[in-house]
Amino acid sequence: MMTSGEKKMPPKMAVEIAGIKLKNPVMPASGTFGYGEEYAPYLDLNQLGAVVTKGMSLNPKAGNNTPRICETVSGMLNAIGLQNVGVDAFIKDKITYLEQFDTPVIVNFFGNTQDEYGEVAARLDDVPGVAALEMNISCPNVKHGGIIFGTDPKAAFAAVSLVRKRTTKPLIVKLTPNVTDIQITARAAEDAGADALSLINTLTGMAVDVKTRKPRLANTIGGLSGPAIRPIAVRLVYQVVQAVQVPVIGIGGISRAMDALEFLIVGAKAVQVGTANFVDPNAMATIIADLEEFCRGEGIADINDLIGTLEL
Amino acid sequence: MKNLKTIVLSNQEISPGYFRMKILAPGYSQLSKPGQFVMFRVQCSLPPLLRRPFGIFRVGFMPGDCEGMPAKEFIELIYKVVGSGTEIMQGLHHGDPVELLGPLGEGFDLGNPAEEKILVGGGIGLVPLYPLAERLVENSRVRLLMGGRTRDDIIVVTEFERLGVGTYVSTEDGSLGEEGLITRVLERKLDKYPKSTVYACGPMPMVEAVQKICYERGIPLQVSLEALMACGVGACLGCVVKGVGHTEVEPRYLCTCTSGPVFNAEELDWSNAKVEKMETGGCK
Repeated sequence: MMTSGEKKMPPKMAVEIAGIKLKNPVMPASGTFGYGEEYAPYLDLNQLGAVVTKGMSLNPKAGNNTPRICETVSGMLNAIGLQNVGVDAFIKDKITYLEQFDTPVIVNFFGNTQDEYGEVAARLDDVPGVAALEMNISCPNVKHGGIIFGTDPKAAFAAVSLVRKRTTKPLIVKLTPNVTDIQITARAAEDAGADALSLINTLTGMAVDVKTRKPRLANTIGGLSGPAIRPIAVRLVYQVVQAVQVPVIGIGGISRAMDALEFLIVGAKAVQVGTANFVDPNAMATIIADLEEFCRGEGIADINDLIGTLEL
Repeated sequence: MKNLKTIVLSNQEISPGYFRMKILAPGYSQLSKPGQFVMFRVQCSLPPLLRRPFGIFRVGFMPGDCEGMPAKEFIELIYKVVGSGTEIMQGLHHGDPVELLGPLGEGFDLGNPAEEKILVGGGIGLVPLYPLAERLVENSRVRLLMGGRTRDDIIVVTEFERLGVGTYVSTEDGSLGEEGLITRVLERKLDKYPKSTVYACGPMPMVEAVQKICYERGIPLQVSLEALMACGVGACLGCVVKGVGHTEVEPRYLCTCTSGPVFNAEELDWSNAKVEKMETGGCK
């Protein structure tokens, strides 16, 4: 610990993932931050490690019927159904806005088929404002695509391999927790050429209105997020870090710096904040400031010195 | 638009199950327009996890703490206790810390001053019509048609009367005012004043019935919708409604939070209109 007489250097907060330099390890989780501009009135996007956009598909997607969300104990279920403007409209209308910020933009995307995954990746490949791609092979809320690639390691390997051939951008693959052994899918994605992995997407869940006896979501089943899932997410990140060499981004129920620290300590190089953005639009700014404060308080000069320091 | 950390000034039950909460809200008299809403959160509380949307009932000023101190700006919300969020809210007292994100959304269009205005409110749906009435009475003749299941659902009607609004009440059980649905009263009023503009907020079956009546008569209608929301700022896409011309192939979803909560009726797809009632019953 430093004494009051010494000159205090602010702790280094920058991390690097798949060749992208991040000012700090905090970024939003796809689907909880729109296209970035929705939150700009409340939060300086320059403060963030990165911006991760709503998932893009080849064609615009309608999404599911309503109700699409419901609150559960310390969490929420959603079945939005990947409503989005489509990759071409995104490139035309949305990316320019984000280019004004000194923050890397990670574009999340998905496809209904392997070829669609490849095509979306290819269209984003020569877009200058895109720092990296996050390939969603884990959405539980759509009938085709998404999760099938995330739950079948062979399908994951094939889809990631194909995308790898169609993009020169750093490729992050987002994994689903809805599998028996996540280490297998993690290795499949790594072997297929993923530069980094992000996890977890939502856990499948369901809630029932006992008076009407109807599911509380129009889609019947949805994805559970929020503080309720954090211990599961920490465990899965811990397991994946053991299984792969590539960097891992931890996601799942992070609302405070203390939550983010759990993920960093088990080995995540960065974290994504999801549901907490809905609760507090300034949540990520608070987490970033508190992470720095934690490092200062613990005498940690560089946040990288904290990553993967779990004591067993 | 900002997140304001503030405190509750008062929180009183005004009718069985209905509460009126006054919250310190600097800036709101300049910022907020009739029909807008706030995302309300009990500070540092979990549960509930998500904020709850509430229509702004009134913006006002109260005297400063002592002589010479500036007046304090407040907003008032009215809510019905229907779920876990509002159950926690009813226990709040003066000084309890809360957060307001807002004011949010698109409010009412005040329309042509020369035309008569008819406001149709169902239960808690009355809330956003009050700030609208405050503005409309400056230039127009305003009537309020207020419906509820029983007399307990008929709230703050006298405050509309104080603005000079003509009020007409109906209850389904006849315990106050005329027995029956408020849409019957609307039809009669429109027979008499066919050049009116209508504004409606309430349970979806009521809003749909009002839309049908106005559509058939070619009467302009603005509706304020309720929806389940997680974010209130257009990011989560949880609160969408179908816009006119919506198809599976060419989806036209509108966020209730950013394109609404007030819509011109012709912006929306009414072919099988179905907007879920908010758990909180608070209309925005």
